[in-house]
Amino acid sequence: MTGTLNLRELLTSNIRQSGILLALVVIVAFFSVLQPTFLTPGNLTNIVLQYSYILILAIGMIIVIIGGHIDLSVGSLVALTGATAAVVSIRQGMPWWVGVLAALAVGVLAGCWQGFWVAYIGIPAFIVTLAGMLIFRGLTFQVLDNVSRSPFGGTYYQIANGFQNGILGGYVVDVFTLVIFAIAVLGYAVNAWRQRRAAVSYEQEVGALPLFVLKIVAVGAVVMWFGYQLAQSRGLPNVLILLAVLILVYGMVTQKTVFGRNVYAIGGNLTAARLSGVKVKKVNFLIFVNMGLLSGIAGVVFSSRMNGAQPGAGNMFELDAIAACFIGGAAVTGGVGRVTGAMIGGLIMAVMSNGMQLMGAEQSTQQLVKGLVLLLAVAFDVYNKRRAGN
Amino acid sequence: MKVLSGVYPHGTYEGDILLDGDPVRFSSINDSEEKGVVIIHQELALVPHLSIAENMYLGNERRGRGGLIDWHRTNRDATELMHRVGLHELPVTKIGHVGVGKQQLVEIAKALSKDVRLLILDEPTAALNDNDSEHLLGLLRQLRDQGVTCIMISHKLGEIADIADRTTIIRDGRTIETLDMSEPGATQDRIIRGMVGRDMEHRYPEREPHVGEEMLRVESWRVHHPTQADRVVIEDASFSVRAGEVVGIAGLMGAGRTELMMSIFGRSYGRGISGRVLKQGQEVDVSTVSRAIGHGIAYATEDRKAYGLNLIDDVRHNTSAAGLDKLSRLGWVNGLEELKVAQDYRRDLNTRTPSVLNSVGKLSGGNQQKVVLAKWLFTDPDVLILDEPTRGIDVGAKYEISTISTGWSRPARRSSSSPPSCPSCSASATASTPWPSAGSPVSCPSPRRPRNASCHS
Repeated sequence: MTGTLNLRELLTSNIRQSGILLALVVIVAFFSVLQPTFLTPGNLTNIVLQYSYILILAIGMIIVIIGGHIDLSVGSLVALTGATAAVVSIRQGMPWWVGVLAALAVGVLAGCWQGFWVAYIGIPAFIVTLAGMLIFRGLTFQVLDNVSRSPFGGTYYQIANGFQNGILGGYVVDVFTLVIFAIAVLGYAVNAWRQRRAAVSYEQEVGALPLFVLKIVAVGAVVMWFGYQLAQSRGLPNVLILLAVLILVYGMVTQKTVFGRNVYAIGGNLTAARLSGVKVKKVNFLIFVNMGLLSGIAGVVFSSRMNGAQPGAGNMFELDAIAACFIGGAAVTGGVGRVTGAMIGGLIMAVMSNGMQLMGAEQSTQQLVKGLVLLLAVAFDVYNKRRAGN
Repeated sequence: MKVLSGVYPHGTYEGDILLDGDPVRFSSINDSEEKGVVIIHQELALVPHLSIAENMYLGNERRGRGGLIDWHRTNRDATELMHRVGLHELPVTKIGHVGVGKQQLVEIAKALSKDVRLLILDEPTAALNDNDSEHLLGLLRQLRDQGVTCIMISHKLGEIADIADRTTIIRDGRTIETLDMSEPGATQDRIIRGMVGRDMEHRYPEREPHVGEEMLRVESWRVHHPTQADRVVIEDASFSVRAGEVVGIAGLMGAGRTELMMSIFGRSYGRGISGRVLKQGQEVDVSTVSRAIGHGIAYATEDRKAYGLNLIDDVRHNTSAAGLDKLSRLGWVNGLEELKVAQDYRRDLNTRTPSVLNSVGKLSGGNQQKVVLAKWLFTDPDVLILDEPTRGIDVGAKYEISTISTGWSRPARRSSSSPPSCPSCSASATASTPWPSAGSPVSCPSPRRPRNASCHS
């Protein structure tokens, strides 16, 4: 039996996701009314550049949290991997890509180290990564000999500060950026249509057709508008391309692979997962190796953006990444959460920080507001769950 | 009973509770205990690392000067109460070191310490052996004579006939009737009729076994306790199961049934395991869960909420949880095929859920159990171990689940489309279903000496 769902059913069936998306829209509207410069092309580009590394960390963090763990060490690991790249590329004078590979390798190694203690020795991730936070920070100071290293310059610098534009020409508005965004929207629409067809052929309920079209058009319009803004500014930031690829890949890893399914199973009910034949230790190990890899990527992006490595870099990044996940609907007890949710949560944090900065709010006010938003977001979640009765 | 003891507070139910003729409204356990109503749950609420005395006065501590706990008074009073219930242990003994029977007595002593007037016991003898049960019932009689009113929930008819003055029969959440046990008509058969609501013969579906070759043999299986290395939980257990056969594993709660089965299924219980598992005459390695599943063994747990299901996930994902390898290639899950499998099992097992995308936590116990069964049937096992498959589910679902499991054990009916390479069999470990002589048809010797783990240690 194939049925269709109306708008109300669609929204309430996914109240978490629609709730935070709505919150993001409200916050964006709020700032754009109060601060005319907020929605300008230059500022939108800034938001992407400023918070990309937090979003990259949040991708790894959401998987850690779904698995029922936590990782407090990512801020220190961002510093350590950035420092490694700086030492290799600046002090040793190696090519930029050697620096990148070294940073990623250090990230993976650190992930293996933490994964080993969590998965095979059985120490809670909170403790292991708290230790890691101190260990990696200490190593950063040692690697850098207590001094900052800069500048990277050249290609390495372009990773986080460069743009793709002018490839297809265009006056005032960059055509290449628009083309890329158009392809993305088209890909999204085609994919959504194919999924819908498949769902119908497997006798699943789907949303009513007009609603489906409306959703595609709305998403497409917002994305194209965003692309148009970027095209008016400096073009397509390299970081945005990297971020889009990561979101796409990890969205699929979490939803469509055995590994992803095992992570949800472990976070949802550890014993049931073990008794269903899930190799719990291996999966937990991989979760942390992956977090290490993504910390390495974030470390490269951050050091590139800063055009150098400082011993104190990445301080408190872990808390921003964790907050992004929980605002994005992850559950403290594990088993719940999505990459897209974490991204929206991260964007809420990013938009609020940026908006308050534009309005000239002090650092203290910003932290206060961010803290309250985190609390309210999770409270809203808890309230919804209780009303739903489970 | 949860309403009566204040676990479900006033306002979550309709109707009135009259205590001594006055309506009372309990909003918490503290309220009900103040009025002298104490409940002892089936799963004992004791903290294993605390002493007997500490457990007895937990939440009701004996205070001395300045609000500090007076340990001398605590231990003295505890000893006194322990003598009243016939328990001769030191009050400082850790509760984890005494057997279940004695723990039950501690619970009663704890109730006495609160000046209990109405004592509710939920299946107090389920985990006890005959001697301990006898002692407990004697104690209840003694309490009754001292003026303590007792409500005992039990499915053991012999005990009810033995001790009760009046019996109220409840079925499917409804009061069926209340019998005065002194009347001649109040026989055990009468109670059974009230409990089942139909004749005895049709409690289990008809079944014609088609028994084939030996499928599984377990020899000299020996398991040690997971944390107490020198304690043997299973000692020299041996049994064999033939294809198409349902073998019942009978034993008291805590006798080692679950422990035996879980230790066979991927060493999920205990340590220091020795013994041999043979499948179709060949010794097989079942040292991890995935290897056990690979050898065609499936274990549907007795505790579906804690061990069987991911309650926050949907029916679809729970159905595929153990057989995900069959639905994936190179690590990628075929989501649509998975959906189809889940829908097929939902239809075949008649699982009542609006959609397979609904979360399992919202289903009723019987339907949750069907999801657990679907999960294991999908792994296409040769040996299906069912641990208390009808525990905590209503009568209708019980019949359905029994039908599914016995139907499955017929070689002709396989749920997979591939031709079965060997006839299936199922080891059904239904041991204490809520009727007197419970258990599935036993057509093969049970484990020879499953050592009683917790009653006599």
